[in-house]
Amino acid sequence: MSTVLILADFSGDHATKTTAELATAAARIGSVSAVVLAPAGKGAALAATVNLGPISNVIVIESNDFASHGVAAVADALAGVVKDKAPAALLIASHAFGKEVAARVAILTESGIITDAVDVSADATATQLVFGGSTTVHSQVSQGTPIITVRPNSIDADLSAASPAIENATAAISDVAKKATIASSQPPVKGGRPELTEANIVVSGGRGTDGNFGAVEAFADLLGAAVGASRAATDAGWYPHSHQVGQTGKTVSPQLYVACGISGAIQHRAGMQTSKTIVVVNKDPEAPLFDIADFGVIGDLFNVLPQATAAVAAKKG
Amino acid sequence: MKIAVCVKQVPDSWAEKKMVGGVLDRENVDAVLNDLDEYAVEEALRIAEAHGGNEEGGPHTVTVISMGPERATEAVRKALSMGANDAILVSDAALAGSDALATSAVLAKVISDGGYDIVICGTESTDARMSVVPAMLSARLGWAQLTFASKVVVDPAGKVSITRVTEAGVDEMSAAFPVVISVVEKINEPRYPSFKGIMAAKKKTIEQKDLAAVGVAAQSAWSQVKDATPRPPREAGLKVTDEGSGGEALVTFLAEKKLI
Repeated sequence: MSTVLILADFSGDHATKTTAELATAAARIGSVSAVVLAPAGKGAALAATVNLGPISNVIVIESNDFASHGVAAVADALAGVVKDKAPAALLIASHAFGKEVAARVAILTESGIITDAVDVSADATATQLVFGGSTTVHSQVSQGTPIITVRPNSIDADLSAASPAIENATAAISDVAKKATIASSQPPVKGGRPELTEANIVVSGGRGTDGNFGAVEAFADLLGAAVGASRAATDAGWYPHSHQVGQTGKTVSPQLYVACGISGAIQHRAGMQTSKTIVVVNKDPEAPLFDIADFGVIGDLFNVLPQATAAVAAKKG
Repeated sequence: MKIAVCVKQVPDSWAEKKMVGGVLDRENVDAVLNDLDEYAVEEALRIAEAHGGNEEGGPHTVTVISMGPERATEAVRKALSMGANDAILVSDAALAGSDALATSAVLAKVISDGGYDIVICGTESTDARMSVVPAMLSARLGWAQLTFASKVVVDPAGKVSITRVTEAGVDEMSAAFPVVISVVEKINEPRYPSFKGIMAAKKKTIEQKDLAAVGVAAQSAWSQVKDATPRPPREAGLKVTDEGSGGEALVTFLAEKKLI
């Protein structure tokens, strides 16, 4: 059986659910080897958390260059593993870091690349939802090792326990990859809320909040949801740009998307219309977003949301 | 300093897009300068202005580099009207349907021949949304990669420091010239072209080159679209008017759907 590589994805000291999602997709193609790139002395501890999903083998490479030089050093190491193992495919998480690593590995290994796949089949055909989810595309890499980045939260992860074999390897990091140096790194400010693109529920606010996200945040927190914002809201400076959902912001595909005071221009729909269930609260009955809502409330979000928040709180007891 | 800015002409991000024959239909939509590239143009101009400017005879130059059909001169002209000095547009029928790998190969050759100190890109184009070209340029050129910058500080003596912001956190990074930078949206407020800028841009040079002039061979895409299908539009569901119990109705719906 051919080998398929995944780049294990971590949050702090632990493999993320995305790692299991990548493994689940990769297992359709072949036997899964997860590559763990760790700081010196941390490889065994990080590898021990890569124990979910259909992973048969973990390749551990330790180097402090990963933290000092970031994307370029990681790509060098990963390209080395690709050249060594000649895998049937390489799957990487489709976030900023993962896409940049994939881009460099594609150059280094002269391979084709597909980003933002929402599914991957046994012949390494990638499914993408393009143009804001209005079109489904199936693509295949025709040159080198298929390098596919997979969007978090798209694949039902096999979360069964695994006890993969551990293999230690070394990497040659080129001088070119060391040209940019990272002086310091701060983890993301979590604020207790889940990451927008990985959240099961997203509650977003737009122009209708008039700059007050209190009701949106309160409802989001009770649901354990991430908070999003329309471009109008971020352009007005009401909410950080990093929370913008839409064509020029994040693309989200949660189980539930609650849009509050967002009219729903194509700009915004492009970032959220693949959500499983869409709920819209807007006092304008003509808001275009109602056209794609599974449930809509025509009303003032400052009345509807606090009442909904109280009702959820009551249900939770 | 010689600064280059890579820009792309894209379908207007407010327009509906369609696939024709496995590639994006670019003919039948309004085409504009990629929104996210405006931040790159602005940042290039600010870097030049912070150190003596890029006016004629000034110490610095800002060159716009683009690849696309001849029609892309419109997007390039917008960047010029913001204040860039000149432009290079690579147009060749053999480039239609290029993937990011082929695009980065062409841009890298133009950049490498131009002897720039700094190349600035937007983080992604609003059509393909891959976010890979800046990293590919860095890998192809062998230059330092300083991407997803929310802040850029340039020491004209030859050093660039940035604050990189992604979902993975915030990194303070630096490197010596030459560097490839990508800037995130909201790093600055892109200027509107002034009337004077628009008039001046009409006289600025857009050097149009084909692949032979650039000196790279055409490369077919290394991934192929097998099929593209429009997804059925979502149907509107239940809609209620809040008459005092809208919030409760919403929660009842969520409970029925087992979403809470």
